[in-house]
Amino acid sequence: MFENLSYLALQQYWWIIISLLAAILVFLMFVQGGQTLIYTLGKTEMERKIIINALGRKWEFTFTTLVTFGGAFFASFPLFYATSFGGAYWVWMLILFCFIIQAIAYEFRSKPNNFLGSRTYETFLFVNGLLGTILIGTAVATFFTGSEFSINDMNQSTWKNSFRGLELAFDFTNYNTFINLSLGLAVFFLSRTMALLYFINTVAHGNIIERARKQLVREAIPFVVFFLFFVGNLLLMKGFAVDPETKIVSMESYKYLHNLLEMPWLFALFAIGVILVLLGIYRTITCFEVCHDKGIWATGFGIIFTVFSLFLMAGFNHTAFYPSTFDLQSSLTIENASSSQYTLTAMSYVSLLVPFVIAYIWWAWKAINNKKITESEMNEEGHSY
Amino acid sequence: MENIDLGLVDWSRAQFALTAMYHWVFVPLTLGLAFIVAIMESIYVKTGKEEWKKITLFWMKLFGINFAIGVATGIILEFEFGTNWSNYSWFVGDIFGAPLAIEGIMAFFLESTFIAVMFFGWNKVSKKFHLLSSWLVAFGANLSALWILVANAWMQNPVGMRFNPDTARNEMENFWEVLLSPTAVNKFLHTVTSGYVLAALFVLGVSAWFLLKKREQLFAKRSMVVAATFGLFSTLFLVVTGDESARHIATIQPMKFAAMEALYDGQNNAPLVAIGILELPQDPEHPNPREFAYKIEIPNMLSYMAFLSPRAFVPGINDLINGNPEKEIISYYEKIRRGKLAIQALKNYKSAQKSGDAALEEESLKIFETHYPYFGYGYYDNPDKLIPNVPISFYSFRIMVILGVHFGILFMVILYFLYKRKLEKMKWLLWVSILTVPLAYIASEAGWVLAEVGRQPWVIQDLMPTLSAVSKIDQTSVQITFWLFAAIFTTLLIAEIKIMLTQIKKGPNEGGH
Ligand code: HDD
Ligand code: HEM
Ligand code: HEM
Repeated sequence: MFENLSYLALQQYWWIIISLLAAILVFLMFVQGGQTLIYTLGKTEMERKIIINALGRKWEFTFTTLVTFGGAFFASFPLFYATSFGGAYWVWMLILFCFIIQAIAYEFRSKPNNFLGSRTYETFLFVNGLLGTILIGTAVATFFTGSEFSINDMNQSTWKNSFRGLELAFDFTNYNTFINLSLGLAVFFLSRTMALLYFINTVAHGNIIERARKQLVREAIPFVVFFLFFVGNLLLMKGFAVDPETKIVSMESYKYLHNLLEMPWLFALFAIGVILVLLGIYRTITCFEVCHDKGIWATGFGIIFTVFSLFLMAGFNHTAFYPSTFDLQSSLTIENASSSQYTLTAMSYVSLLVPFVIAYIWWAWKAINNKKITESEMNEEGHSY
Repeated sequence: MENIDLGLVDWSRAQFALTAMYHWVFVPLTLGLAFIVAIMESIYVKTGKEEWKKITLFWMKLFGINFAIGVATGIILEFEFGTNWSNYSWFVGDIFGAPLAIEGIMAFFLESTFIAVMFFGWNKVSKKFHLLSSWLVAFGANLSALWILVANAWMQNPVGMRFNPDTARNEMENFWEVLLSPTAVNKFLHTVTSGYVLAALFVLGVSAWFLLKKREQLFAKRSMVVAATFGLFSTLFLVVTGDESARHIATIQPMKFAAMEALYDGQNNAPLVAIGILELPQDPEHPNPREFAYKIEIPNMLSYMAFLSPRAFVPGINDLINGNPEKEIISYYEKIRRGKLAIQALKNYKSAQKSGDAALEEESLKIFETHYPYFGYGYYDNPDKLIPNVPISFYSFRIMVILGVHFGILFMVILYFLYKRKLEKMKWLLWVSILTVPLAYIASEAGWVLAEVGRQPWVIQDLMPTLSAVSKIDQTSVQITFWLFAAIFTTLLIAEIKIMLTQIKKGPNEGGH
């Protein structure tokens, strides 16, 4: 059945999958956000233990989604993989280091004789939550602002800035850096916001919930500010347009705004996403008669829609999704960076497994997560972090 | 390959080797222990005896500690293909990326979902569901091994693809050929069983320690029965598949085969050097030693091992370099010549395309396609550079095989004394079991060193030399990340070992975690 699709349709299909994975990844980064709130919300050893366990049952998902995102990107758009990872070496290395130290922190933290001490593992979690979110957000912003690289006629890429990607976050002489960082910081505060909503939803512990509700406003406001700054710039800036016939890349004013207007469904998706995000936060903050504890759902779906539509905005409608500011014609598009038609077709069959995977994840989680996490559970037999 | 910086290549290789070898410290135990835990839990569910639940929980806890660090070391490998081997990522990404993605979708999610049930679900889901989860974890772990090994096997024996000169990369033509290549199937079987053997030896060693300490004797003996039985069967299978691997190498990577046997001059009725010590090299220009200082040979065995016939001709390093028309072996000089033709033809093709010279374009394409099988050779001038490190290949193969035999015998002896109910008294045997645990790791790493060092200088056999796969980064950056990885992984390894030992000392009867 995928054989009948055109090459372009397959490329679009895979860009949709990549965008969806990215969207789910950003949503799941509430784990990272929560890791930066352990001491803000947990004032006693037991409270911190509850918080860490609430996160600890989900961290693998975020991690595995990141890994799958990487693998799927490699398989479907290998030229991006080669260009960005081999080019922005230091950014990706820093991101990876953040995730290495996360992966062992949960399992090792509360074990006796753990060599580094619990506090070190908690610091690992904090660093992962802080740097991981900001750097990933910053890196994604370059899908719109561009990086300095060139590609030769053997499709080999060369990064043109000797700071190896660090310039994207630290070169303050370039206005784009502020746009990049604003998305990074938006993701950071968003992940903290979502973490609070998640705790409110899954933890049954008065003090933690109370603190989480208080903290919510303090995280939501900076999130909205940074996010608006980013979106505002995005809609006003020049974008990297590809001529559908000649494939020549040129700068087009208001390109991303045009993308939204030319694809009304995308505009609708984006708008619904943003509204849902705000709705979830608003309903949780305004504790009318009863306090709403399901905000994570609205905000979660909202963020998935929003990020999904941002990615589509970067790749669809004849736009270069990984633009080069050094040499416009080296910019990567979903057409010139993708795998062969055969590989995309084969991979598309594999992608049919995805709904099945989501279904069993859902099912397994329901089976073990049907109750809120409580203090007494921490003392029961069985596994806890 | 103008201005290739050898220092950069070597540091990138060192970094990849370091991280891969660290990953492989943890992976085999995950692969094997997952099954052993599932078997133990099956016995628990079947018999309903609480002791078996305790046994299951104990090993499961060790599994969890090991698993976490396996995950931590794995993510870096995946992304290193992009960060450090970016030319490689483009040149073969069309084929290589797919298994990596499938691994994520199929295997990693399966594993991480059901591992949560395995650890947190004891009082929440039914016994049957829990047992199913444990089996799914084992299955998922082995499925993840499948896909990455398919990718690796493809690098040793590239099949099912065609080079597309327009995109300048290899493109997949037949997914099933990639998945079911004999190299892939065999590599998968040999590698996962090596994990089972390692895990069985781990369980054996830990249990032996309890017996020596006269603690938890029943627990220890029960664990040993499961481990030694599982281990013995796995070892038999391991030896069979290992032998099969060697045979594949003899035909697909004859240079690797010659290097691992330190065979310079090919011969009929070639003997196998069972044990040998190579002379130290005299000449720094030719670091590979040519003579044995000492050796014990089994006559005809090498010919038999390679081609199932005692009379068969086994080519040596010199035959491969200089060619041997009688045996229809093309010399490396000739391969280099053809490789250079292919590279030049590709360049001509590209420039003809630009200038719109259709005739030259077609002609270049024809030349290119004829010589593409030797493409990678064209990057070299001197065939000596195409010989892998002989002593490393030679010794790592011997270490693996000798230890494999040792493991098989150990499992049998243990089972015998368990059956005779005398095991507690055999102090020396218990000590041997404990000391064999590190040997299992050594054997396993040696296998990879043979596989990977033996194929040098290729990343993709005959097509892509390691030096042209590398990302062009400044060497200092790679050096810094190398040392960062070395420091982090070593620290984490120490932490893991300390935690493991503490958990083992606590034994199966202490609750909590
Ligand atoms: C406990 C570990 C262990 C043990 C005891 C053995 N192996 Fe092994 N071997 C491995 C663990 C391993 C491995 C780590 O799984 C490797 C590395 C790459 C691979 O495919 O499997 C491997 C590779 C490997 C290769 C190279 C494959 C390649 O280059 O693609 C050969 C020829 C053998 N093995 C042969 C044997 C033989 C004849 C054995 C006889 C006892 C044996 N191995 C025991
Ligand atoms: C986990 C077990 C593995 C171990 C212990 C291991 C070991 C090594 C070693 C020692 C080297 C360095 C060889 C040299 O530079 O002389 C190396 C290189 C390499 N290996 Fe592996 N390897 C493993 C798995 C894999 C797998 C599964 C793949 C591919 C899917 C792979 C691909 C590579 C690549 C691309 C290089 C770098 C280029 C090169 O030096 O050949 N390795 N590995
Ligand atoms: C260069 C080669 C390799 C790469 C790129 C790689 C990649 C990875 C990654 C990304 C993870 C983390 C998965 C997670 O998020 O849960 C992982 C874990 C693991 N890998 Fe590797 N790996 C390599 C070699 C191998 C080999 C050779 C095997 C087995 C034969 C193997 C088996 C496993 C297993 C069993 C785990 C345990 C954790 C899990 O499955 O989630 N890997 N690997």
